[in-house]
Amino acid sequence: MRFAIPIILMLGVLALLGFGLTHDPREVPSPLIGKPGPTFVLPGLGGTPPQLANADLKGRPVLVNFFASWCVACRVEHPLLMQLANSGVEIVGIDYKDTDADGAQWLARHGNPYRVVAADAQGTMGLDWGVYGVPETYVLSPDGTILFKQIGPVTEAAWRDKIAPLLAGAKS
Amino acid sequence: MKRLLVLLMFWAVAVQAQTPGLDAAQEVRYHQLINELRCLVCQNQTIAESTAPLALDLKEQVRKQLSEGKSNTEITRYLTDRYGDFVLYRPPFKANTLLLWAGPFVLLLAALIWAVRFMRGSRKPAAPPRPVDEAAVQKLLAETRAALAAQDEQKP
Repeated sequence: MRFAIPIILMLGVLALLGFGLTHDPREVPSPLIGKPGPTFVLPGLGGTPPQLANADLKGRPVLVNFFASWCVACRVEHPLLMQLANSGVEIVGIDYKDTDADGAQWLARHGNPYRVVAADAQGTMGLDWGVYGVPETYVLSPDGTILFKQIGPVTEAAWRDKIAPLLAGAKS
Repeated sequence: MKRLLVLLMFWAVAVQAQTPGLDAAQEVRYHQLINELRCLVCQNQTIAESTAPLALDLKEQVRKQLSEGKSNTEITRYLTDRYGDFVLYRPPFKANTLLLWAGPFVLLLAALIWAVRFMRGSRKPAAPPRPVDEAAVQKLLAETRAALAAQDEQKP
């Protein structure tokens, strides 16, 4: 009986450790979930489209994917993005802290899954949207609300379990 | 001469450390702020320590907003709106940080309570011996003796 307290404390510590071990500390929860995507106006990559702004993302669910030619992890998710784009998912690309030439060359080499690509050369949109490492992908509802943020590459599991259900829900 | 040289060196360092566009008071606040903001890429560093591109951007933001006359609260609000409380090395005291702030003290208190109980328990004197029932002892003795005597008689 007199060991009840240390045993309870021990179980508490074990529970906390278990929680800590099963959660990735690199995934910082975004305070922007459930809020409208912050205002932005960016030039299109290589001038097409001339500009991209919040209004261009409204009216249907959209994925906003921050990528860069210098980003190694972006290549991991790229085949899946290509596959999604081919099956009709609308993805908008933001070339983050990159030059237009490098970004365009990267897309030419690996394929372009994006309906449009904008250039965030200074990372200003990234700053407003709370991007801290590419790739990051935001799921936007038709009214421009951020429903979900994928930190790191979009994986099969993240698509199946989180993103696809959200898109299906946002369409109806 | 030597003293002059040392002074000159300090002056040079001070001039170098000064961020352009900020007055002395803003400079102090700039250093306070960047030492309390976490770099999200290299999470155990402040943005003052980090040279990650994001940390440089955030420092630039802080500097820009200071020169625009923004208050410390406005600047930290700007960052928490985008990155959440995680960006602060001193997170605010609120419902979801309650465990973070109070947890160690709760654990300490619980451990103290347990320790006090444990020590009191071990210092308690042993229970006094029960009073002996003299009649029962005599009876048992007599029975045993009788049994032993009976055994002896049976032996050849």
